[in-house]
This record gives sequence, C-alpha cells and structure tokens, in this order.
Amino acid sequence: MEEQNTKVQQPKKGFRAWLQKLVGGIPLIGWLLAIFGAVLIEYFLGDLISYYLGLPKIPVLFGFLTVLKKPLLMPGTTGYLTLVYVLPILLIAKSLRKPANKLAAFLDKGPVSVGAVIHLGLFYGAMHFWTDLSDYRLLVLKLTMIAIMLTLSINVINGYMGEFSCSHPGFMALGAYGASTITLLLFANDKLFGDALLPEALGLYFFPLALIAGGLIAALGALVIAIPSFRTRGDYLAIISLSFLFIVKSLIENLEFIGGPRGMSSQPNYSNLPMVFTVMVLCIWIINNFVRSTMGKALNAVRDNELAAEVMTVNTRKTKIIAFMFGAFWAGVAGGLFAHVLRYVNPGSFGIQRLAEILAMVYFGGLNSVTGSIVGAVSISILSEALRPLAIYKWIIIPLLLILVMLFRPWGLISFTEFNPKELMKPKKKRIEEQ
Amino acid sequence: MALLRVDNMTHYFGGLRAVHNYNLILEPGHIVGLIGPNGAGKTTIFNLLSGIHTPTEGNIELDGHNLIGHQPHKIASMGLGRTFQNLLLWRHMTVLEHVKMACYSQLEYGVLGAFFGSRRCHKEEKRITSKAMHLLETFNAAQFSSQLAVSLPYGAQRRLEMARAMATNPKVLLLDEPTAGMTPDELNRMITIIRKVHQDFDVAIFMIEHRLKFVMDLCERIQTLVFGEVIAEGTPDEIKNNPHVIEAYLGKEDVT
Repeated sequence: MEEQNTKVQQPKKGFRAWLQKLVGGIPLIGWLLAIFGAVLIEYFLGDLISYYLGLPKIPVLFGFLTVLKKPLLMPGTTGYLTLVYVLPILLIAKSLRKPANKLAAFLDKGPVSVGAVIHLGLFYGAMHFWTDLSDYRLLVLKLTMIAIMLTLSINVINGYMGEFSCSHPGFMALGAYGASTITLLLFANDKLFGDALLPEALGLYFFPLALIAGGLIAALGALVIAIPSFRTRGDYLAIISLSFLFIVKSLIENLEFIGGPRGMSSQPNYSNLPMVFTVMVLCIWIINNFVRSTMGKALNAVRDNELAAEVMTVNTRKTKIIAFMFGAFWAGVAGGLFAHVLRYVNPGSFGIQRLAEILAMVYFGGLNSVTGSIVGAVSISILSEALRPLAIYKWIIIPLLLILVMLFRPWGLISFTEFNPKELMKPKKKRIEEQ
Repeated sequence: MALLRVDNMTHYFGGLRAVHNYNLILEPGHIVGLIGPNGAGKTTIFNLLSGIHTPTEGNIELDGHNLIGHQPHKIASMGLGRTFQNLLLWRHMTVLEHVKMACYSQLEYGVLGAFFGSRRCHKEEKRITSKAMHLLETFNAAQFSSQLAVSLPYGAQRRLEMARAMATNPKVLLLDEPTAGMTPDELNRMITIIRKVHQDFDVAIFMIEHRLKFVMDLCERIQTLVFGEVIAEGTPDEIKNNPHVIEAYLGKEDVT
C-alpha cells in the first residue's frame, strides 16, 4: 500500500505526464472494448468514410501500403486512421473508464481463467470483424500469430536457456510436413497420396491431433540434436543446429514421396482464424506457465551458472533436453499451422531467411520475456508486411531498426520480465486525480 | 557410524597428482576444518566430494551410500550441500528464486504439471515459497527477497548462499571459505550464523578456511593439507603447535 502512495506523489513532467493524463487509469478491458468499438465503426462505416476522404478503398494495413504506393493519398489515409481508429478508441476508452474499472474489479475477484476468457473473447471478436473486411488482413493476422508462437518457442531456448539454436525453421519444416502428411493422407484427395481415407467432415476435429503429431516429430528431431550437443556448453549447439537445419531441408528436397523440391500442396483449409487463435493462446499459456514455475526457472539457473545449478540439485542435462524439445514442439505446431494457412509448403520456405526472420523477432522483442516475444513478433511481422512496397529496401530498414534496438537495449525491447495475466487485467486507479 | 566417510581418495589431473590418499571421517553433528596453503588441493577435495570430478581411486560414502559415479545433482539431493569460494549466484534471478531453485529435487510435480499449471504445481510452489522465506528469515535476508541477488551487498550474498545451500536439506554442509573477503565485523557475524545453522538444522559441517581464528573457534577437528596430502590432523590446539603445520605455513626454522 505504501509503495502505491509514494508512486502517486511522484510528480511527472513533460510528455509522459501528458500521456498519463490522456490515457492513464484505463484497464485492459477498457482498451479492448474501445478497439472492438473502433473495429465495428470500420466494419459498418469504413466504406463510407474512405469514400468521402477520397480513398479508393479501405486502407488494409493501417494505410502503410496505400501511402507507400501513392504518397498523395497521405492526408486521406491519416484522416481515415484518425477518424476510424485513434479518435474512437480514445473516446470510447476514456468514456468507459469508470464502468470498465468496475468490470475489471469484478473480474479480478473471480478466478483468473474467467477473466482471461472474457478478455480473449473480446479480443477475438475485434479480430473477427477486422479481418472480415479483407482476406489480406486475415492472412497477415494468421501469419503474425504463427510468428508469435515461433518467437516464443525460440525464446525458451535462446532466451530462457541461453543457448543459441539455429534450427527453428528445421523444426517448423518437420511439423509442417508431419501435419500436412497426416491431413493429406487421411482427409484430402490429392496428387501425392491419392484419395482420402477418412470422411472429410472429420478433418477439422483431427487437425489438432495432426498438429500435435507434427510437434512431436519436431521434438524428436530436437532430441537428435540435444543428445550430442548438450554434453558441453558453448558454440557447439549453434553449429550442430545449423547443420540440422540444412540436413532437414535437403532431406525433404530429396524425398520424392512427400513432393521433393516441388513441395506439398492443396492442404485442406483447416487453419482458420479461431483455430490459429486458440492454438496461439494455448501456446502462450503453456509456455508462460512453464517459465514461471520453479521447474522452468531452472533454465535460467542453467544459463546463468550451470555448475551452481547442478550443485543445487537441478538435473541440468534433463532440464536442457526437455526445454529444447519443448521449444521444438511448439515450432513444429506452428509449422503445421503455417502449412495449412498457406495450403502449400516447399522446402525453400524453411531456409536461412526464415531463421533470420525468427531471430530478428526474438532479439528485437526481448530475451527471457513472453511480452517481449509477442511485441517482437507482432512488430516485425506487421512492419515487414507494411514495408512490402519498398521491395528490397525493406531489408535495409528492418536491420537498421534492429541495430538501434541492440545499441540502446542490448537484451531487446522488453527483456527479463514476467508475464502475469492477473496483473495485466487488474483495474487501474487514476493517479493524476489524487495529486 | 560416520556420516561422511572418505577412504584413500586419490585424484590425478592428467599427470598431476592433486590429492593423495585422502581420508576423512565426519561424525554426525561435528564441525571439521580443512586448512592448507594456496594450491594444496582443498577445493579439489570439495569438488571430488560433490561429484564435480570423479576421484581416480578411493571411496566416498555418505550415510552408508556410495557417492562415486553419481552426478552432482544426485549427490546434492542425497544430502551433501555446499557453497562456493567465489559465490556462484545466478545473475538474472531474485533472492527468493535462488532459494526456491535449490528445492528443485524436492518438487513433487512433473513437467506436465508445470506446463498446465496443475493444482499440485501451485501447491508445491506455495510450499517451497514458504520454506524459502523461512530460510531467508533465518539468515536475515528476507527483506531482500524480491531483489536481484547480484545487487545485494557482499555479506548478504554470502548469507544468501548459505540459505540456498540449506534449502537442499543437507546432512553434510561443505563450506568453501565462507569468510573470504569479509571484514572482522562480518567475520564474527558469520561465526554466529554457522553456529546457528549447526544447532538449528543439525548438520555436520566440513569447511575450508584460511582464517585461523575462525577455524579455531568453530572446529572440533582440523586437517592440514599440503600438496594434496594430509600432513596433520587433530584438535585446534594440536594443529597450532604441530611443527609440520608451522613449517608448511611459515617455512623451516633456521637452526644454525
């Protein structure tokens, strides 16, 4: 209690004080309601507003693409963003501050799961209406969610455990091919495996099982790396995992029965938004549970001083192998989803470029942090989509940003934090008023 | 019966004989000290006992169980706790997390429990949290519980390391220079703490120490190690007056 009081009396100045005055004291649920409202406005009035602002159609990705292609549309796009997103979100969030705080306080009393389901439901609703306007948005959103899973799972290895693993695209490929083989074999009529063995209606129910199978295959692959490379510490894992990535890639390229270099296509459309969203939420929840438990904290102990961990009764070898397989499992699941989002996979999509992307996300967002992984994955994916019109120059801007982050925050934007859903959903008092 | 018993332990690093024919009998409730000049092999003996190195020859028994060939974490969970000369703390972990981590082998939930946050997992976490807080209070470090361990003052870090070692439920505690780098004031406090640990937790203590005052105060028996061999063993008074010990520390008296 005392701590809170001292915080209240701290005078704040400048931009932060202004920001605090403008948007302070609004709980998460208030923001979610506001976003939901803004998305509804766009859903019903978006066409009208963009017509009056002289835009050819609704700006798909916050107007980045429109402006980069036709700079003259800048005023219209800015106006659209203000009218549809910024103003409504601010107005709704501010006007709902009191009821939202009451609601948050009410939810805070109940179990965390109920509050989490309500928050997630609201968020999903907003995403549903937002993506309903354009298929491109849907695709970007799904790929972003998959990127979150990949980033989080590599963070377990590179951040929490402090080893440098380069084989994530390989695990992703194992998962993608594993899950695709199962769904194509059982539920689809395709060139490679012939007619479906089971009725197609069952497919969507079996899809989670196919994903898990893909994840397990990836975890097995991880075990193959882990056994020789965890005997010692150092750069060995980086080298072995990098070679594993290339082994997997050339293995798939040379196996004709799964398509060889031509890849696999016509996967059934099972990775719909609810599926991807649910799997992502599960992934975040499970990984967060793990890294917050003492069993998961053992990873940090191994990273910071393995000898001390061992002498303090931690079975370091088992811990490392489990964490590595765990990270690989989720990469495999993400790969399975990825294959069914694009409905086409080939070995080329799991190369060194994908690795660079994943590593950029995790080091940009922040090591040893669930929030950081989410921030990193979302910002790099959205940025790389938004800068698409710049073509090759995109790969100058994003690395520059990374360098800046590394200069000022060597561990990434949000590193070494704990992600606590209960804290996140708490009601907030407005501190400015009490001064 | 001896709690910790070492018979004829010899260890070679390549061609270098680091420890030769070392014997130790540690009775329950005793405090034994190990002194010797730098490079005598004291820390090597600790590393051999705690399984970090495996002795070339010889036998180690803890409470009747053979320790040879077990991994360090197994030996630690069998009841051999230790601290380090140069404080091996975990850089990014809080004080409370340090002590909880040492309860790792006592956790009664599996990996799946940790993944899904099972009820048992929460219960166990709560149990070891209260155990850790209790230990921190004993070592007068509870006020730091949510701080990063590396940000603590040196004395508090030493106390934290003791608390962490005690969280493994040791029967025998190995202390590797518990007073290294301490002021005389802190030294006296450390003596009180070790006495307290000895009484409250009923552990046998085996310690390496350079400061003779400290060893003479605490230990019932002292071994002197020179070049990997025990040259004298006895009560503090015997050791103080032993000509071999004096020679090892101060050099030979010139008789002309």
